[in-house]
Amino acid sequence: MQTLRRTPLYERHAALGARLVPFAGWEMPVQYAGISEEHRAVRSRAGVFDVSHMGELRLAGDGSREYLQARLSNDLDRVGAGQAQYTLLTNQRGGIVDDLIAYRRGDDDYLLVVNAANVDADHAALAETEDVSDSWAYLAVQGPEALERLGVEIEPFAFREDVDVLGVRCLVAGTGYTGERGCELGCAPEDAVALWDAVLAQGIEPCGLGARDTLRLEVCYPLHGNDISPERTPIEAGLSWACALDKEFTGSDVLRRLRDEGPAERLVAFVMADAGIPRAGMAIAEGGKVTSGTQSPVLDVGIGLGYVPSALAEPGTEITIDLRGRPRRARIVRKPFYKREES
Amino acid sequence: MAAEESYPDDLRYHAEHDWARVEGDVATLGITWYAQDALGEVVHYEPPDEGSSVARDESYGEVESVKAVSEVIAPLSGEVIEVNAKVVAEPETINEDPYGDGWLVRIRLSDSAEVDELLDVDAYRGLLAEQ
Repeated sequence: MQTLRRTPLYERHAALGARLVPFAGWEMPVQYAGISEEHRAVRSRAGVFDVSHMGELRLAGDGSREYLQARLSNDLDRVGAGQAQYTLLTNQRGGIVDDLIAYRRGDDDYLLVVNAANVDADHAALAETEDVSDSWAYLAVQGPEALERLGVEIEPFAFREDVDVLGVRCLVAGTGYTGERGCELGCAPEDAVALWDAVLAQGIEPCGLGARDTLRLEVCYPLHGNDISPERTPIEAGLSWACALDKEFTGSDVLRRLRDEGPAERLVAFVMADAGIPRAGMAIAEGGKVTSGTQSPVLDVGIGLGYVPSALAEPGTEITIDLRGRPRRARIVRKPFYKREES
Repeated sequence: MAAEESYPDDLRYHAEHDWARVEGDVATLGITWYAQDALGEVVHYEPPDEGSSVARDESYGEVESVKAVSEVIAPLSGEVIEVNAKVVAEPETINEDPYGDGWLVRIRLSDSAEVDELLDVDAYRGLLAEQ
């Protein structure tokens, strides 16, 4: 029997009447008011997510840059100190061990924010790093009004440390998983309750993992364990943009070959033409499988991601999803499903 | 707007959180307040075909929230004579009015004796208390 871990905000979630579920070994809020309502709050105003379950790995000292350059797919030199980068940890077969955000604090000083379920696998592949997950609590504050309500200014993918946010010392990063403007706030675990309370006091609505999933799916951000995995490569997944194939990193030779030869399958986005909601694991009649699916709260239609044979990957192609024995038509579309209006 | 918790006296209940309103040889079927609350906001109702048969204790349709799918279990056997088109078009009606506008199907009973085997409201409340 595995004991579920709890974030410093567990009591707050319970008091708010959140529905708590096991997720990646943690007991996490999946919803408060309701997934669709929270989803719309983030698209139209601002919402806050407890993402303290995320892992943090640290590497500092001589040779840190070189070490990570040889193991992470993106080119760290594309960003300077004070900037964050989306990158992948790959295996020898070019498969995706994890997707993560690398914060470049200095030329030889990095903080990696990784998926909760993959902390151990990441730490094993990046043995030189230190697992500092227990030193961080994390809140994601997302939505068109998020920064204004927090009184924070931060550019996308920039970060700053030791910033006072509503009276709490934070790392502020212009990152997120919703497709909206906003930030992620890292703080000491003992300050998490004060920060959470201060954020809610700004009229920012608490949101659970349910809305986090529907929000990221509308903007086609992959979910590790669903859409990407150690068995899938970034070439298939449409993540070549996060791979600097002109440098050497784990599996880069495999990925260069796959890029030149073309992958057998590709991850595509599709919208249901018939009624019904696609779900992860459903078969696609023409070949392949659904990896994520939901009813889009904003578009009010079934949407999904899935792998199909490359020949079928063009937008406009019609495919057939097996909805528990019922064949239902869907149409492949250009990613993403939803794009926020530039302000 | 979600409904307040309630379990009307005039309905019969099935342990899988379904209700039946029996009028002569016709029954209206739906899911209970408890079932819709457990599911959350319903975003899709997959109904059976009108004219198809439903069998007691077996699935006759599906209701889905953003996150989960739930099969709807028939409390009684019979033939589907009407599907609630309002719920097909506006599935959230199930959350708003689970015993009224949120009904799912009407069936013509094939064995009226099955009605006596359903739970009354006290027995169903007793079952909920154990959960």
